[in-house]
Amino acid sequence: MIPFTYTRAGDAAEAVRLAGRGDVKYIGGGTNLVDLLRETIERPAALVDVTGLSSAIEPRGNGGLLIGAAVRNTALAEHRDVRTRYPVLARAVLAGASGQIRNMATVGGNILQRTRCAYFYDTEGSRCNKRSPGQGCDAIDGFNRTHAILGASSSCVATHPSDMCVALAALGATVHLEGADGARTVPLTDLHRLPADHPEIETVLEPGELITAVELPPLAAAARSTYRKVRDRASYAFALVSVAAALEVDNGRVKEVRLALGGVAHKPWRAWAAETALRDGPATTRAFRAAAQAELAAANPLPDNGFKIELAIRTITAVLGELAGSDA
Amino acid sequence: MSNVEDAKQSAMNSPLELAPDSWAPGNGPDPLIQHNGGRIGASVSRVDGGPKVRGAAPFAAEFALDDMVYAALVFSTIAKGRIATLDTTVAEAAPGVVLVMTHRNAPRMRPMPLFGTSEKAAGADSLPIMQDDRVRWNGQAVAVVLAETREQADHAASMIRVTYETEPATTSFEQAKANGTETAHLFGHDVHIEIGDAEAALAAAHVSVDATYRTPYQNHNAIEPHATTVAWHSDELVMHDASQLVGHQAWSLAHIFGIEEEQVRVTAPYVGGAFGGKGLWSHQVLAAAAAKLADRPVRLALSREGVYRLVGGRARTEQRVAIGAGADGRFDAIIHTGTAVSGRDKAAPEAFAFPTQSSYAAGSFQIDVQLAYQDMVTNTTMRAPGEAVGSFAIESAVDEVAVALGMDPIELRIRNEPDNDPITGRPFSSRHLVEAWRAGAERFGWAKRNPTPGTVRDGEWLVGMGCAAATHLYVRQPGGAARITLTSDGNVTVDVAAHDAGMGTATAQGQVIAERLGLEPEQVSFRFADSRMPGLVAALGSSQTVTVGAAVAAAQRVLVAELLKLVGHDSPLAGLTTEQVGVLDGGLAKLDEPARHESYTSILAGAGRDEIAVEASAPPPVEMMNWSMHSYGAMFCEVRVNGVTGETRVSRFLGSMDCGRVLNPKTATSQFRGGIIMGLGLALTEQTHFDERKGRIMNPSLAEYHLPVHMDVPEIDVIWTGIPDPHTPMGARGIGELSITGTGAAIANAIFNATGKRIRDLPITPDKLM
Ligand SMILES: Cc1cc2nc3c(=O)[nH]c(=O)nc-3n(C[C@H](O)[C@H](O)[C@H](O)COP(=O)(O)OP(=O)(O)OC[C@H]3O[C@@H](n4cnc5c(N)ncnc54)[C@H](O)[C@@H]3O)c2cc1C
Ligand code: SF4
Repeated sequence: MIPFTYTRAGDAAEAVRLAGRGDVKYIGGGTNLVDLLRETIERPAALVDVTGLSSAIEPRGNGGLLIGAAVRNTALAEHRDVRTRYPVLARAVLAGASGQIRNMATVGGNILQRTRCAYFYDTEGSRCNKRSPGQGCDAIDGFNRTHAILGASSSCVATHPSDMCVALAALGATVHLEGADGARTVPLTDLHRLPADHPEIETVLEPGELITAVELPPLAAAARSTYRKVRDRASYAFALVSVAAALEVDNGRVKEVRLALGGVAHKPWRAWAAETALRDGPATTRAFRAAAQAELAAANPLPDNGFKIELAIRTITAVLGELAGSDA
Repeated sequence: MSNVEDAKQSAMNSPLELAPDSWAPGNGPDPLIQHNGGRIGASVSRVDGGPKVRGAAPFAAEFALDDMVYAALVFSTIAKGRIATLDTTVAEAAPGVVLVMTHRNAPRMRPMPLFGTSEKAAGADSLPIMQDDRVRWNGQAVAVVLAETREQADHAASMIRVTYETEPATTSFEQAKANGTETAHLFGHDVHIEIGDAEAALAAAHVSVDATYRTPYQNHNAIEPHATTVAWHSDELVMHDASQLVGHQAWSLAHIFGIEEEQVRVTAPYVGGAFGGKGLWSHQVLAAAAAKLADRPVRLALSREGVYRLVGGRARTEQRVAIGAGADGRFDAIIHTGTAVSGRDKAAPEAFAFPTQSSYAAGSFQIDVQLAYQDMVTNTTMRAPGEAVGSFAIESAVDEVAVALGMDPIELRIRNEPDNDPITGRPFSSRHLVEAWRAGAERFGWAKRNPTPGTVRDGEWLVGMGCAAATHLYVRQPGGAARITLTSDGNVTVDVAAHDAGMGTATAQGQVIAERLGLEPEQVSFRFADSRMPGLVAALGSSQTVTVGAAVAAAQRVLVAELLKLVGHDSPLAGLTTEQVGVLDGGLAKLDEPARHESYTSILAGAGRDEIAVEASAPPPVEMMNWSMHSYGAMFCEVRVNGVTGETRVSRFLGSMDCGRVLNPKTATSQFRGGIIMGLGLALTEQTHFDERKGRIMNPSLAEYHLPVHMDVPEIDVIWTGIPDPHTPMGARGIGELSITGTGAAIANAIFNATGKRIRDLPITPDKLM
C-alpha cells in the first residue's frame, strides 16, 4: 500500500471540493478499493470518504425512485419499494458478494467496482493493459473462461463484475453526477465504456466527478422482473452469465421487455437487439430463444468461454419464459 | 438405568486388562474393545472448543514476544532462472524497517531434509532456501523484510525491485510428460504392479470400459493461513508454529541450522486446520534465519496468496482406468495407470492407484503411477493423497461397468468383494464394507433410484442418485511414545508430541485415557504438540489416534509395573504381576479377584510419593505387515443438475462408514462431514488456475479459488457399522481422510444418473454439463 491522506466529506459539494481534479479517489464501503490499494493497483495520493453522502431512497414525483450514492447494498435490497416495484434490482443485489460485503458496499462503489480479471490483480507477475496501459493482455491467451464474449477488444477482454448494474441497465436507470464543472446525469448504459484501445478508461466520468445518486424511472413492467445468475458455486462467486429481465405480456404478445446481461462484457450489457426483436411480438419460447440468439449473434468467444454464448441464450430464454409464466 | 450407566456399572465390577504388549498375530485384541466404561463412544464436545470460541486459544501468529518484529515476503514472478538485479535500498530506508534479507545476506543453511528420507526429516522439498540467486519456481520467496509492524513490512516489501534472467522452464503438463516420467516410489516400492496379463484379459472380456480421468491441481486452504513465531535464545531456537509434525520439524530445523536437536523446540498448541499442508516449508526456515540475522524474535504470517506461492497442494493427475468384466459382473482385469505431476524431489507422489490395490477382486491387475516433473512449488500431501483422486477414477469406472452390464452398481461392487487383499493376498484385519453398503442403501432409499439416466425431472432440474466406495489405508506410525504422570491426587497428565489441528485428537485421547486408566475424564489432561514431549508422531495418514493410543497403552504397562513395585506388603495388590492385574475404579485390581483393589492415590500415599512419571514407546506397528488394513465407506449421493444452466446442487449425501470402533461420535461425525464437504469441492468447484505459460498460480484467493460455500452443502448424514477392528489399539482405524475418498465419484456417478453425461474431468463445472 502506498501512503495516502484520508478525509471524510459531509456532503457532495464538500466531496467534490476536496477532490478537486487531483490524484484523489472517493471511497465508499472500501470493499473493492481497499483491495486495489493493497495490491498497489490504485495509488491515489488522497482518499475522500463519501459514505456521508445521501443514503436515502426517495420517491420521485414522476413515480420513480432516487437512490443516494451512499445507500448500502443491503439497504437497497431490503427497501420495500425496491422489492415490490423493482424486484430485479433487489434480487441482483442479493445475488452479489456476501452478506458482510453487501453491508459495507455502497451504490456508488458498486457501480465503479473494477474487473476481477486475475491478470489485472497480479501486479507483479502478469501483463495487463488495464493496469499498465500498453503492457499487453495476458488474459487473451491465458485463463479467459470468465471473460467477455461481447464488445471486447484486442487490448482487453475483461468483464464488469457487478450484478446490481445489470439490473440498473435493464431498468434504464440514470446516474447523477457532480463535478467541478457542475452536475449532470448520464444513463447507466452510457456510463461504462467498452475497452477499445483504452481499457484503463472504464467510464465517462471526468477526473474528480462524483456519483451522487441513481435514479430509477417509473416502469410498470418492472413489477414483473427478475434476476438470474449462473455461477460456479451456489453463492459467493461472480457470474458466468447473468440475466436481468422485466416483461409485460398482453394477450400473448410482448408489450414491454427489458433485458440486460452480466458476465459477458466490459460493461453491463443492455440487450437492445433482443428487446427490439421481442417488442410487440409473440411471447413464446421460440421467440424468446430467437431474440436471445439475435443478441448473441455478435458474440466473439475466446478459447475458454465459448460456452457462455449458449449459456446466455438458454438463460435468457428460461428467464423470459418464467416471467411470461402462464401468459406465454 | 441407561445403557451407558449399565455398562459403566459392569465396567466397575470387573477390572480392565492391560493392552497386549505387541500387535502381532497371536495376541488378543485390545481389552478396551470389550470394555464399555462409558467414556469411549460418548459424544464429547471438543476440549478446544471453549478457548477457541472465547478467543483464548493462541494460534501461531498470536504469540506476542518481547521486541518482536514482523516479516513480509517478496515472491518471484518467473518459474526458472536467476535474479539479475535486486534493489532493496528504498525498502531498507522505509519507515520501521529493521532489515531486508535476501540471498546476499541470509545465513548459510543446509537445505531442508526431505520428508521420508530419514526418520525425522520434515522438509517438503530439499531445495536451497535463499542461498543463491536461482529461482526454482514461480512464487519462490526472494526477499524477507522485517519491520516493527506488519503494515510497515508489507509496505517496504512492495518497494523491492527485482529483475530476472529467465531460463526455459517446464511448466506445462504435456511438456513434462514429453520430458520423460519416472515410476512413483512409495513405502519402499515402485508403484508398479502386474498380476496376470490385464491387457489381454481386458481385450477378451465380455464387457469393458477404458477411459481417462483427469483431476486438477488443488491448493491447501486451511482456515488458518500458515504462520510462525520464532525466537533465538543465543543458539537455542524456539518456534511456535502452525505445524502437524513438531518432532520432525525440530530435528529438521536443527539439521538446517547446524545445531543439536535439543537446541530446538517447536510447539503448535492450536492449529487451524492442516490437511497435510502444514509441514516444514521454506517460510519457517526463512523466519528462523531472519530472526537470527536481526537477533530479534520474528512473526511471519503468510497471506492467503503467500500460502499459494510457498505451499504446494494436490498434484494434477491423468489416469487411465480400464476394467474388463464377465457377464456375471466379475472383474477379469483392472488397469489403473497414469501420470501425476510432481516436484523435483518426488517426495509426495500422488499415488492415485492406492484404492485399486485393495478394493476389488479381479483376475488380473496392471497398476502403474508415473511422475512428471514440473517447475512449480512442490506438491504435497492433501487429505487422502492418492486416494481422493484415485477413488474418483476407479469408482467412476466401476459405475461405468455397472451401466455397461445393466447391473446395480452396489451389487456389482459386492460381487467383486475380495476375500483377501487382491494384491498381497493378506487377510483383511476387519472389512465390513458389504454391511456398510446394505445399511447405507436402506437408509438412503437406494431402491427408489431409477437406473435409467436422465429420466427423473423436477421442473428445470434433473435428479439422480449415485454411489461409490470409500477406502483409506490404516497406518500406525512407528514413533509413538508417551509419558504418563500420575499425581498423588489421582490425576493423570499424558504428554505426547502429537497434534490437534481441530480434528479432536485431545478430546478423543482424553476419553481413551480416562477409560484405559479407570479415571473420570476431569482427572485426565492430555498435553501435546511440543517437540520436547515424547514421541515422533506426525498428524498424517489419519494415524494419530491409534499411534497415540498404542503409546499410551505401552506407557500404562510401565506405569502399572512401577505402581506394583510401590505397593506395600499389606496392600491387596502385594505380590501381583502386571499380567495379573487390571484397572478398576481409579486404581488397580487383581483380574480374577476384583476385591483385591487399591486406588492410585492410596498406592502413592503409601509409598510417600507426590507423583510418578513413566515414559514408554509403543511396540512397532507389525499389524500393518500381517493384515491388509483399511477403513471403508459406502457413499451415497443425490444431485440435482439444472437442465438449462448445467449447475449442480448436491441435495442429499450419506456416508455409511466401516472404520473400526468410533471413539467419539461427535468429533467423528465432524471429520466425516468435513471430508465429504472437501470431496464435494473436489467434485464440483476446486481448481488451481495454473497458467502454464509462466508456471504461475492465477487464483490465489478464497474469492477465486472456489471452495464449497454453505449453500453448496446439503445436510450430510453419517452412519457406521461400529465393528471394532480386532487387530488395532482400541479397535479403531483412521477416520480423518476416509470420507473425502469416494465422494467425488459418488457425485459424478449421481450426475451421470441424473443427466446421462459422464464427466471424467474434475471439477464438474456448469459448462461441462450444458
Ligand atoms: C470477495 C468479493 C466477492 C464479490 N462478489 C460480488 C458479486 O458476486 N457480485 C457483485 O456485483 N459484486 C461483488 N463484489 C464486489 C462488491 O459488490 C463491490 O466491492 C462493492 O459493491 C463496492 O462498493 P464499495 O462501496 O465498497 O466501493 P469502494 O470499494 O469504496 O469503491 C469502489 C470504487 O468506486 C469509487 N467510488 C465509490 N463511491 C463513489 C462515488 N459516490 N462516486 C464516485 N466514485 C465512487 C471508488 O473510488 C472506487 O474506485 C465482491 C467483492 C468481493 C470483495
Ligand atoms: S483482460 Fe483486460 S483486465 Fe484482464 S489482463 Fe487483459 S487487459 Fe488486463
